[in-house]
Amino acid sequence: MKTYATLLERLVLSPQRTAKLRLIEDYLRAAPDPDRGWAVAALTGGVSFPAVKPAMLRALVAERVDEVLFALSYDYVGDLAETISLIWEGRGGNEVPSLLDVVATLSNASRSDAPARVAALLDAMGPSERYALLKLATGGMRVGVSARLAKQALAGFGAVDVTEIEELWHGLTPPFEDLFAWLEGRGDKPVHAQRSPFRPVMLATALEERDLEGLNPSDYLAEWKWDGIRVQATAEAGTRRLYSRTGDDIGQAFPDLLEAMTFEGSLDGELLVMRDGEIGTFGDLQQRLGRKTVSPKTRAAYPAYLRVYDLLQDGATDLRRLPFEERRARLEIFAGDLDPARFDVSPTVPFDTWEEIATHRAAPPHPVIEGVMLKRRDSLYVPGRPKGPWFKWKRDPYLVDAVLMYAQRGHGKRSSYYSDYTFGVWTEEHELVPVGKAYFGFTDEELRHIDKFVRDHTVDRYGPVRAVRAGADFGLVLEIAFEGLNRSSRHKSGIAMRFPRISRLRWDKPAAEADRIETLEAMLPPR
Amino acid sequence: MRPDDLLHPTPAGLYCPPGDFYIDPVRAVPRALITHGHGDHARAGHGAVLATRRTLDIMALRYGAEFAGRAEAAEGVVQFGEVSVAFHPAGHILGSAQIAVEQGGLRIVAAGDYKRGTDPTAEPFVPVAADVFITEATFGLPVFRHPDPKEEIQKLLTSLRQFPERAHLVGVYALGKAQRVLRLLRDAGYGETIYLHGALERLCRYYEDEGVALGPLAPATVERGQKGTFAGQIILGPPSAFAAKWAQRFPEPLIAFASGWMTIRARTRQRGVELPLVISDHADWDELTATIEEVDPAEVWVTHGREEALVRWCTLNGRAARPLNLVGYEDEAE
Repeated sequence: MKTYATLLERLVLSPQRTAKLRLIEDYLRAAPDPDRGWAVAALTGGVSFPAVKPAMLRALVAERVDEVLFALSYDYVGDLAETISLIWEGRGGNEVPSLLDVVATLSNASRSDAPARVAALLDAMGPSERYALLKLATGGMRVGVSARLAKQALAGFGAVDVTEIEELWHGLTPPFEDLFAWLEGRGDKPVHAQRSPFRPVMLATALEERDLEGLNPSDYLAEWKWDGIRVQATAEAGTRRLYSRTGDDIGQAFPDLLEAMTFEGSLDGELLVMRDGEIGTFGDLQQRLGRKTVSPKTRAAYPAYLRVYDLLQDGATDLRRLPFEERRARLEIFAGDLDPARFDVSPTVPFDTWEEIATHRAAPPHPVIEGVMLKRRDSLYVPGRPKGPWFKWKRDPYLVDAVLMYAQRGHGKRSSYYSDYTFGVWTEEHELVPVGKAYFGFTDEELRHIDKFVRDHTVDRYGPVRAVRAGADFGLVLEIAFEGLNRSSRHKSGIAMRFPRISRLRWDKPAAEADRIETLEAMLPPR
Repeated sequence: MRPDDLLHPTPAGLYCPPGDFYIDPVRAVPRALITHGHGDHARAGHGAVLATRRTLDIMALRYGAEFAGRAEAAEGVVQFGEVSVAFHPAGHILGSAQIAVEQGGLRIVAAGDYKRGTDPTAEPFVPVAADVFITEATFGLPVFRHPDPKEEIQKLLTSLRQFPERAHLVGVYALGKAQRVLRLLRDAGYGETIYLHGALERLCRYYEDEGVALGPLAPATVERGQKGTFAGQIILGPPSAFAAKWAQRFPEPLIAFASGWMTIRARTRQRGVELPLVISDHADWDELTATIEEVDPAEVWVTHGREEALVRWCTLNGRAARPLNLVGYEDEAE
């Protein structure tokens, strides 16, 4: 538990992805079985103790600590688990319980004996382990580690490709001893026993126009690139799963789609919202993402829909070793039996020359299209991102000229640079209103210049944030590239920008000539 | 005589009418007794100052030789009329002292800032029997239980091994904390050169002159194109410097901060600290309560910090206590 608690402390405060990976990999090397397996399960949200509730913890601490002292402390610390972990008497003995002890003690605890079990564990631990335990027990762990990152760390630890971990993942159970044995070269690769397993996804590389020179248009099929999220819908022997492209099971949030998955097989497609025959925006889809449960009202307002790209498994037959064109032909037949209210096949876009498809890309027939996909007719379905068989060719981003308003210091290697920029555009009242925040898209050299500009023209400070001089007569204009706009009630401007980044620094442009809010409002999807 | 007649709070600080002096006054007064050299306790411009020889040295280093009209080193018992005064080590930083003020059999001990844990860079705290004990309460909440500083230093050494490509910038207060962290590193067997921000150099030299060995030190200056030199090295500086352009010379800095406040995660996050080191110059909750038990005064006066909680603890334990409500002292300066 001690090494796990130390890992958590470091993960919480390490913003860099590479740092997190190194910390987890080092932990996996240092910690024994089965503790490290339970740690992975805890990090990926695979451990829960329903008998432990915050109210129960409060009652426990009330038995031991004066209520006034507790109230003063909680008020100061601001987090229940943290307050209890610190205020609990005792610094732990030599025999700190292992993660396995914790799991064994709490997973079969009943509501009546849970308090005594938790108290005994807390007594035997120091503050850092108590914090880890309480966060684990109350499920409030926010350490910035996604399941994807944990799998990446496992892959790094065992020097295997992450797709191998993803493929196995849903067939494995904690504490993953067979997985570790394989990753350490002590055992065979675990055999997948799970029904409806995840099949690692094939991804496209971004097309650069010079790529086209050596390619023959007749070797490729084109289809639209829809702006939803890429998913895999698998139904085999009664088990139905909806996977994200990294192998996370997101089915809980989409019961309406799961109900309609009456087929035997595995589909690759784009998850969208479809309302009265109209595809919803990405903002609509966000109403459905990341939920544990979904209300009937939300289901009705934002119905889930799958636009299918590919067929990976047809009944008992694995199609991934067939050429794309053949898979596609089988998909057309397969799709005949699917519920048309929930599924359709993404149409191909006919073309003869690259110029022709370039025209389509520049003027797609629907706002929820973000470009075109080019797939070799003979491409097999292989995991990962091989260069050549599949290209994505996104339409050009939207551009707007905005004025730098606030700058915030970054983290890690950017901790002494003002590297996160809030920018605004002009309102009718000739004032700047913030419309977004960007922290990449510039070179190290440009970063140094902006940093100097921020330091030289600071007009106010709020902690790590500086307000920068910005007015009609003075200011730094940033050309911002972004992928689209959504309405937002959380932002003063009423606008939320998707994927904003800095495309150019316009040192030459007077601030007064930056764009106006009407320009952005005109780009919003209709209400 | 009532304790209040011997010592009581005024806007300028704790005042002794029969002896006509102030303890750690926050504004210029004719006569000041100073517990230790931190800026919020030791200010320049008093008429006369009585303090330990080391505190006087430190004030001269920070403010120049003319920091007061007259300076006198406290040795033995000093009389101010009927009032006798004695300085006793407080364990906070080098030269730090408690001040015992006595008249007609009534003794008040103003502990100033203090700690009880082992620290080779400060004279260890000596408990002094008192009728009234004036305690600080910087970490006066039962959530503050400082861990063993040796284990905290191990976290820094572990991180150096895990991230050898990153410069490890450790935020420390220039007086006391810097030297303590250096000494802890040396005692943990770290023998490499440690690099210092300019603001720390004079005080480190002073500690060395006073017999506190700090090992090989060098200024954290960098020649153009030599950025890589600091990879995997330890650099000490005041935390405010880490946001400044000064820090841009280091490769992929990893920000650490040595402070008692690092116990609280929200504080750590707020400051952008990646590696918190809970190392404090102040007594934690257990040290505060144990010291009150040990000194066993008839009355406890609680000042700067979280007075309310410590007064509550005294009440629960049947001790007379009240907050002193002195103003002008910082929580724990960085």
